Amino acid sequence: MSETNTEVITAMRLNTLKRHFREGAKNIWRNSWMTIASVGAVTTTLILVGAFLALMINLNHIADNLEEDVQIKAFIDLTADEAEIEAVGEELERIPEVSLVQFSTKEEELQSLIESMGEEGSIWDLYEQDNPLSHAYVVKTTDPLDTASVATKIEAIDNVEKVNYGQEVVQNLFTFNSYARNIGLALIIGLVFTAIFLISNTIKITIMARRKEIEIMKLVGATNGFIRWPFFVEGLLLGVLGSIIPIAVIVSAYYYITNNVDTLTQFEFVELLEFNPFAWQLSLLILAIGAGIGVWGSVMSVRKFLKV
Amino acid sequence: MIDMQGVYKTYPNGVTALNGIDVTIEQGEFVYVVGPSGAGKSTFIKLIFREEKPSKGSIVVNNMDVPFLKWKQVPLLRRNIGVVYQDFKLLPKMTVYENVAFALEVIEETPRNMRRRVMEVLDLVGLKNKARFIPDELSGGEQQRVSIARAIVNYPKLLIADEPTGNLDPDTSWDIMRILDEINASGTTIIMATHSKEIVNTIKKRVIAIEGGLIVRDEHRGDYGYEA
Repeated sequence: MSETNTEVITAMRLNTLKRHFREGAKNIWRNSWMTIASVGAVTTTLILVGAFLALMINLNHIADNLEEDVQIKAFIDLTADEAEIEAVGEELERIPEVSLVQFSTKEEELQSLIESMGEEGSIWDLYEQDNPLSHAYVVKTTDPLDTASVATKIEAIDNVEKVNYGQEVVQNLFTFNSYARNIGLALIIGLVFTAIFLISNTIKITIMARRKEIEIMKLVGATNGFIRWPFFVEGLLLGVLGSIIPIAVIVSAYYYITNNVDTLTQFEFVELLEFNPFAWQLSLLILAIGAGIGVWGSVMSVRKFLKV
Repeated sequence: MIDMQGVYKTYPNGVTALNGIDVTIEQGEFVYVVGPSGAGKSTFIKLIFREEKPSKGSIVVNNMDVPFLKWKQVPLLRRNIGVVYQDFKLLPKMTVYENVAFALEVIEETPRNMRRRVMEVLDLVGLKNKARFIPDELSGGEQQRVSIARAIVNYPKLLIADEPTGNLDPDTSWDIMRILDEINASGTTIIMATHSKEIVNTIKKRVIAIEGGLIVRDEHRGDYGYEA
């Protein structure tokens, strides 16, 4: 029975692991008011974090879609002959950032113009006899952010009359997107830290009440790891409990929004991520954040009571 | 068992509690530590199980160099030392059985051995039939017996008792002393700080008197020596 080894055994027995989980769960039950307070704090934060995440990820998705749509149109000189047009195409292909080069005849250009005008487009039908437009190359870049620099390169090519990529609009879109991403990220990080702070404070109060328990555990020779485990379990459970309501709220809200997106907004470019799998991925993420907050909060606050 | 040489202890607030202690205690001894309040008894006891570190001097307990133990080794030292306090230090929400079993859970004893051993020590302190009670349902003497049971449940070589009868009436105190004497008879070293003149003068053991941070008297089968 008495141990002869000089280092405390580090391998944990299965019984001990069970004991830690039992103790952690019991503590949740014994300190029911503190549990409610902590779970409430996690719940509130996770609802906010979850809503922000859903918003952020979708904004990002919309922004990606918009950026995908950005293309450069290089209009060819009206005087250029077939061989020269060909040469422009080859030169475009040679630009490293370019991912797609597509030739569009002036007839096709007119057709797409007419279509984009809708009802009023029929007026332009008259021009089919004498098309005033130029042939064009439609160019896409691998990274949409390279659009402006690629456009400048294309302008320098012989026989390119004009380059159009919606200069002003595109630049504003890119700036807006990068701001939105950074601000969203900062908000989410801020919220997560607030939650950790709240939880570690609540757990600190329950630990204060259990100081005696920790003191006695140390007195009878418990290792710090042994003392920490039930608190770890407790934090984990608090986090998981705290993420149930947020997941329910966000999944159902997202379900409602995705099903009614057409009536809720008038913009065609708003295309949300599919409910399945996005809602489930988001739930998993919320659960993970909740568990992480709980564990970190409790381990942080138990640490200072463990000094030998 | 215990060997202290040139031990000094000054607390961070400037209070000097111990002023050069040299003492050796052999395995199986029963030692009373007496002296006025604030003389350094508690500090002396705390140094043995590394509740405090000395400012200077060497302490060897159970062949372990106590002041230089790494924090990972401290639990190992404490598993060989049982400690009993004046205020029992029981966990109020746990039953008597759970309070005692606690000390065995910590050293990862198997459930079967745990049950057997806990009932064994509860029998030894005469509380076998109160295993399911919680501390508040017990008298002071019974609570102290539970804390003794917890202290000895993992067969420590050394039992430290800091005024174990301080909160108890005389009759109950004799009960506690009888149990401690039995534990000592089975080979466990006992160090007991006390203010009880009657106990020291009746159950004759080695007496170490500490005053002003120094051992002023150390006699076998000694007297309490102070007017109570």
